[in-house]
Amino acid sequence: MASRYDAIVVGAGHNGLVCSALLARAGKNVLVLEANEQVGGAAVTREFADGYSVSACAHLLYQLQPEVRKELKLSPRLASEDMTTIALSQDGKHLRITADEVVGASDEDAEQYRRFRKRMTRFADLLRKYLNRRPPRLGTKDFKDLVTLGQLGLDLRMLGKDEMQEFLRLIGMNIHDELTERFRNPLLKGAISLDAVLGTHLGPRSPNTIMTYLYRLAGNHGRAGAPHGGMGSVSEELAQAARSAGATIRTKMPVKRILIENGRATGVETEAGERFDSYTVISNADPKRTMMELVGARHAETGFTRRIHHLRSRGNAAKLHLALDGLPRIEGLAKKDFAERLVIAPDEHYVERAFNPAKYGQSSPEPVVELTFPSFRDESLAPTGKHVMSAIVQYAPYALQGGWSDGAREAFTLAVIGTIAKYAPDIEQRISASELLTPADIEREFHITGGHWHHGELTLDQFLFVRPVSGAAQYRMPVDGVYLCGAGTHPGGGVSGAAGRNAARTILSREKAA
Amino acid sequence: MKNQPVHQGRLKSPFHSRIAQLDTVNEWHQWKGYSSADSLYCEDTEYFAIRNSTAVFDLTPMTKYRITGPDALDYLNRLVTRDMTKIRPGRVAYAVWCDDQGQVIDDGTIFHLREGEYRLCSQERHFAWLQAAAIGFDVTVTHETEDIAALAVQGPTSFSVLNKMGLAGLDELKPFGLTHFDFQGTELMVSRTGFTGDLGYELWIDPDKAEALWDALFEAGELFGIRAIGTHALEMARIEAGFLAAYMEFLPADETVRTGRSRSPLELGLEWLVDFKKPNFNGRRALAEEKRNGSTWQLVKLDIEGNKPAHNSYIFDNARASRDNIGFTTSAAWSPVCKQNIALGTVRAPHGKPGDTVWVEIYYQREMHWNRNMARATVVDKAFWFPPRRGATPPGPY
Amino acid sequence: MKTYDAIVVGAGHNGLTTAAFLAKAGLDVICVEKNDYIGGAAVSRNLYKDWMYSNCSYVCSLLRPEIYRALELHKHGLQVTPYGGSVTFMENGDYYGSYHDEEVAYREMARFSRHDADAYKTYSADTMRQCRFIRDFLLSTAPDPTSFRLGDLRELIRIGGKFMDMGEDRMYDTIRFWTMSVAEYLDEYFETDVIKASFSGSGIIGTALGIHSPGTAYVLLHHYMGDVDGNVGSWGFARGGMGSVSKSIAGAFQAAGGELRTEAGVDKIIVKNGKTTGVALENGDEIAGRVVVSAMDVKRTFLNCMEPGDLPEKFHKRVQNFKIRGSSGKLNIALDGMPTFPALPEGSSLYHSDMHFIDSMERMERAYDDWKDGTWSKDPYVDMVIPTINDPTMAPPGKHFMSCFVQYCPYEIEGRAWTSEEREAFGKTVIDQISNYSPDFKDLILHAEVRTPQDIEAEIGITEGNIFHGELTMDQLLFNRPVPGYAQYRSPVDGLYMCGSSTHPGGGVMAAPGANAAREILSDLRRPNTVPENFGDD
Repeated sequence: MASRYDAIVVGAGHNGLVCSALLARAGKNVLVLEANEQVGGAAVTREFADGYSVSACAHLLYQLQPEVRKELKLSPRLASEDMTTIALSQDGKHLRITADEVVGASDEDAEQYRRFRKRMTRFADLLRKYLNRRPPRLGTKDFKDLVTLGQLGLDLRMLGKDEMQEFLRLIGMNIHDELTERFRNPLLKGAISLDAVLGTHLGPRSPNTIMTYLYRLAGNHGRAGAPHGGMGSVSEELAQAARSAGATIRTKMPVKRILIENGRATGVETEAGERFDSYTVISNADPKRTMMELVGARHAETGFTRRIHHLRSRGNAAKLHLALDGLPRIEGLAKKDFAERLVIAPDEHYVERAFNPAKYGQSSPEPVVELTFPSFRDESLAPTGKHVMSAIVQYAPYALQGGWSDGAREAFTLAVIGTIAKYAPDIEQRISASELLTPADIEREFHITGGHWHHGELTLDQFLFVRPVSGAAQYRMPVDGVYLCGAGTHPGGGVSGAAGRNAARTILSREKAA
Repeated sequence: MKNQPVHQGRLKSPFHSRIAQLDTVNEWHQWKGYSSADSLYCEDTEYFAIRNSTAVFDLTPMTKYRITGPDALDYLNRLVTRDMTKIRPGRVAYAVWCDDQGQVIDDGTIFHLREGEYRLCSQERHFAWLQAAAIGFDVTVTHETEDIAALAVQGPTSFSVLNKMGLAGLDELKPFGLTHFDFQGTELMVSRTGFTGDLGYELWIDPDKAEALWDALFEAGELFGIRAIGTHALEMARIEAGFLAAYMEFLPADETVRTGRSRSPLELGLEWLVDFKKPNFNGRRALAEEKRNGSTWQLVKLDIEGNKPAHNSYIFDNARASRDNIGFTTSAAWSPVCKQNIALGTVRAPHGKPGDTVWVEIYYQREMHWNRNMARATVVDKAFWFPPRRGATPPGPY
Repeated sequence: MKTYDAIVVGAGHNGLTTAAFLAKAGLDVICVEKNDYIGGAAVSRNLYKDWMYSNCSYVCSLLRPEIYRALELHKHGLQVTPYGGSVTFMENGDYYGSYHDEEVAYREMARFSRHDADAYKTYSADTMRQCRFIRDFLLSTAPDPTSFRLGDLRELIRIGGKFMDMGEDRMYDTIRFWTMSVAEYLDEYFETDVIKASFSGSGIIGTALGIHSPGTAYVLLHHYMGDVDGNVGSWGFARGGMGSVSKSIAGAFQAAGGELRTEAGVDKIIVKNGKTTGVALENGDEIAGRVVVSAMDVKRTFLNCMEPGDLPEKFHKRVQNFKIRGSSGKLNIALDGMPTFPALPEGSSLYHSDMHFIDSMERMERAYDDWKDGTWSKDPYVDMVIPTINDPTMAPPGKHFMSCFVQYCPYEIEGRAWTSEEREAFGKTVIDQISNYSPDFKDLILHAEVRTPQDIEAEIGITEGNIFHGELTMDQLLFNRPVPGYAQYRSPVDGLYMCGSSTHPGGGVMAAPGANAAREILSDLRRPNTVPENFGDD
C-alpha cells in the first residue's frame, strides 16, 4: 500500500508538468502519471524515421508565459529565435513578416502593419494579464473574483475611450474584415489569416478570429522560436523542474480511472490495476476524457455532463513530417531563410476556401501550411547533411467523412506535398520518409479527444467564464478533489503553461483558504 | 410513416369509445394531445364515486418511459433524489427529479417492473432530459406512452370490483406494490397507486385489450357503484390528498423562463424524498447548500375558514393585507368529504410552518358583483384526507 | 425661407416614426423622400396589373406594439393579422411542418425524433429567456460603456442588474448565446437535420454570415423577439401589404400636422460651423431646418450626403468600416392561381405558412459558401410566402401574390456589377428550386420582379440593399451600432441625428430606432417626450 500523495497529476503534458512542479515547489508530495513512454504529452520530440526526429505536435514556442519561465527558472535553449514569417509566393517574391515590420509590401501596408501590430499588441497584453489568472465567476461574492472583474473593467477603461471602443468592437469580429479594412497585400492578409485560424475550426471570415489572433500574440507578442532538440526538450526541462522540486514522475502508467468515493476523489487506478491514493487528483487530460472516461458521467450531474458532451473539440490541424535528403529549392529564398517560419497562405480567400470543406467533413484539397525545417539549425534532429521538415497543415477535420482510411491519408499527404511543391518543385525527389499525424492520430497517440490542440475550440462561447464549460471554469470539476489543468481550461492551448500554472495556484489558494 | 400527414386534431385514447358512450355532457379538454373528459355527467356524482364507491379514470395520456439495461438502477439513482436501491422489483416509488440547480423538473412514479426493468410515469415529457441523463450509462430509455393503455380504478369498493373481476391474490398487494395478471391472454399489470389519496389501483395493459378490460371492469363493478369520471372530480380528490401537480404547485424547471419561478423539492415539502446519504444525484450539491442556507419558498396546505374557495388568492401574514403578500394559493377547493375549505399554496420561508396562521385574500362573485374576503387560514401538516383504508392490507370490502 | 423645426430625410417606416413623434410633440416637421412613393422598404407597390406587391419587407412581427398604440395606427388603416407555421420541403419527398397547434407541432416533430420533440420546450424556454432580455432594451437607448455620464451609468447598472438577476448559470448561458453560431446552438438541443435546418434560417436571414459563423444565434433572436398581440415570436401580415405600415405611420404624422414631400431626394446635408442648417435637394432646392434627422443608412448619410470635412476623421473612418453587406435578394411573383405542392396533403394548413426548400444544415452552409465566392447561392435558402391566402386585397380574386426572400445573393458578382443575364439566371435559380416541389408553379407565373441587392440599393437607397442597414454582428450591436461613441442617435454634427435601422436596435420593420431617436431629439430640444415606454414583462 503506497502512501497517500498530496496530489496526483494525470498526464505529463506540459501543463501537467508545470502544475506539478509548482505544487511540488510549494512542498506538496506530487505524483505524476503519464501513459506514454515520454513526458510532454503532445509536446514531445519523436523519431519518425530512422535518424530523423521532430516535434510531434507543436513545433514552435511562442506562448510560454514569462511567469512560468521565471517561477520554474526555465531557460529553454532555442535553435532559432524571433523567427521571421516568410509568406511564400509562387513567383519568388516572398513577404517577410516580423513582429515589428513587414518587408516586401507597399509603404502603406508596412505603415498599416506597424499600427495594426501596435494596437493588437496592446490588446494582447491586456488579454495576457487575464490569461494568467483564474477566470472569475459571475455573480459570486468571492473577493478574488470581484477584484478580477473590477480590474478587468478598470483595465478596459484605462485603454482610453477610443481604444476601449475599438477593443469592444474588435473582440467579436473576424480577422478578414479587419485585414480588408487595412491592407492591400494578399500575402500579408493570407499570412495573418493563417495565424488567426491555426489550430481552430474557423476560417478568416468567422467572427471570433480576432480573438484567436490576439491569443496567439498573448505570449511573446507572437515571436516564435524553435527549441533545440525539438519541443521534447522543453518538456524535459519542465519535468526536470518538477523532479528537482520533489515530484515523482512515472511514465508508461496509463490511468484507467479516477477513484471516487462518497462524491470525492480518493486516488487513481492505472490500467495495470495499481492504485495510488490522494484526495487531490488533477487531470491534464482534456475535459471530455476526464469527465467521461476518468471520472465517469455518473459522478457528475446531468446538466454538467451534457455541457461537457456538447463541448466542441474536433481538431482540424494535422502534422506532416518529411525526412529529406537535402533542403528543397525554393525560388527567392536564401539558404539562411530555412531557419525561419514559412507559410503557404497566398491570400485570405485561399485560407477561407481551405476551410470550406472542413465544415462538411472533408479535408482541404489546397491546404494552408506552416513549414519549418528544424534540422537546419539543429543537427541533433537529422543525420548530417539531411533534413527534416515539420509542417502544420489545415484543414484535416477529425471527423473526416468516411474516416481517415489509408486512402484518405494518402490523398491528404499528396495534397499537402503537392501544395508545397508549388513553391519547392523538387521536394518530392528529396523525400525519403514521411509521417502524417491527423487529428485522429493525435487523439489515439496523445489521448486528446478529437485531437484538438486546444483540447476544445477556442471561441468566445468556450472562453474565460465558460471554458471548458460553466461549472468547471475555475479548474475544479464538480466532484470534490478533481481538478483540471490542461489546455481545455482557461486560457487554452499552445505551449504556454498558463493553464497548468493557474490550476496550481487555484489549488494552493483553496488549500490556504481551507 | 414518413409523408403521412400527422393527425391534426385530438387523439382518441383506446378507451375513448367506452367513455364517449357514458358521456352525457360532452365537455372535453386536451391532455397531451388526447381528448380527455372534464366531466361525464355530473362532477359531484363523479367525485363521490371516488370517495364512496369506485371511480374509473383514463390515464393513458400520462407520459411513460421504459428504462432497461445493466445500469438502469444506477441511472435512476443518479436521476431522482430518493434512494432507488430500496425499491425492489414489484414496488413503485413516488419520486422527483431535479436539474443541477436542485430545481424540480417533474415528479412521477417509477415502477420496478422486473429485476433491472423500470417504467417511469410522469405528467410532462422528458425524453431529451432522460437521454442526456443517460450519457455514460449502459441503459436504454424507450418512450412508450402510446403503447400502454392505463386506467385508474379508485375508491373504497375498488378492491371488491377487481376481486370480482377475478384478479385473485390482489388482497395481498400493499400500497405502492405492483403485480401482474393474465387478462385474456395479455399481461395486465396492476399497481396499488393513484392520485386520489384513497384506496385504489392503476391498471396497465396493451391498447388492443383496452376496451375488453373496460368492459370486464364495468361488468364486475356494476353492483359496487362503478362510475367513469372526468378530470374535474379527480382534481378535487387530488387537492384533498395534498398531491402536487405540475403547472400548479411547480413548473418544470427546464421550461421556466423567469428567474426564481422554479421550485426545489425542499420548497415543495418533499424533503423526505431527498436522500443525501446515497451517491451522487442530480441537484445534490445545490440541495445540500439549500438545506444549509434555508429555502426561499415553502409549500403549504391551508385549512381556510369559511366556505369560499381561495382560487388565485394572495396570502398575507396579517388580516389587513398591509405590507407585501407572502405568497399565493396554487390549488383550491371546497372539500366535500372533509367539509373543509382547503388550498395548496406557496409562501416565502420562514412563513408557512405547520400551525402558522396566515390570511388569504379571497374574491368571489355573487350575482355579477364581486366581494372580497380576508379569511384566516391555518397551515396544516398532513393530507386533508387520509382514510385508514388507503393503507389497509388486505383492504376490506368497504 | 421657412425654417422647419426638423427635417426628416427618408420616408421609410423609421423616418416616418421619428417624424410622427416629433410632430406629436408640436414641432414643425417635414419629411422628404426621394421616391414618388413613401415607405422605403416597407411598401406595397402596384407593379403588375391589379397585383399589389410587398416588394421588399413582406411580413410583420417586430413592429413595436407600444408604437402601434401610441400612434393609433389602427385609425390610419393598419391591420396586422397573425399567421402561423412553416414548412420545409425535403429532397426525399417528405416535409417537416411546424404547426400552430402545440400538440400537432409536437407530433410532427416526434415523427422525426421523439428526443427533438421533447427538447423543443427547453429550447423555447431558453430562447425566450434571451428574447425577454433583449426585448427590454428595444425601446431604450443603448448606454455607452466608455462614458461616465450619469444616464449611461444608470442604464449600464440596470442592464447589469437584469443580467445578474438571471443567476449564475443563466448568465453563462447568455454569454454563450450571444457569441455562438446558430448551428451550434441548435446542435445543443436537436438531433434531426431537417428540424435544425428549418430553425436555422432565422439565424442568417439578412446577414452575410453562415449558420456556422459565431454570432448567428443572436440573429435568430432578432427574428424571434417580435410579437403579434403579445405572442412573442409570431408573425403577421399587414393587410394591403407592408406599405400599409408606412402609410399608417405617415397618416399619424400628417394628422399631427407634419408635412410630407416626395420626389425630394436629398443631395447634401448642409453643415455650417459644425452645425446643420438644413438640406439641399437633388433638384437644387434647399430646405432649412434646426434639426436634420437621417433615416438613411449611415453610409449613405455620412459618405454620400456629406463632405468628409464636415465630420471628424475618426468618425468618418468608422462609418467607412461599418459593414452593410448585400446578402439577400427578392422575387415578387404574380400568380394566375394557387400553385400546388404535391408533398402536402390537400387543404393542408401549411399552405398558409412560410415555405422553405433546404432540408439540411450542410445545404444551408453551402448556400453561404457561394456568397463568399461572390455569387448567388445555387441552392438558395428561400423564405416563401403567399400573403394573398390571408389577404385577398392584394390580388384579383383567385389570383395570388408570392413573395420569395432569397438568401444568399451578393451585392456584386465577383466584385463587379450584375448583368441582366445574371439577374435572370438568379431568378431562374429560385423559380427552379420552388418548381422542384411544385410542378405547376412555373406555368402560373404571370409576372416576376427579380431584385438583387444592387436593385434594392438603386431603388430604395439602402447601401448594398441590406435589409438591416448593417450587419447584426456583435461589433455592430448595442453601443457599437452604428459606430462606438455615436450609438445614441446623435451624430458628431450639432443638430444632425440618425434614426434608421443602422442604429440600435437594428433592422426589421420594428420602428424602434425611429422612436428612440425621436425621444433623444425631444430630450435635446427640451420638449415633452411623446415616445411610449416599453410595455414591460411579457
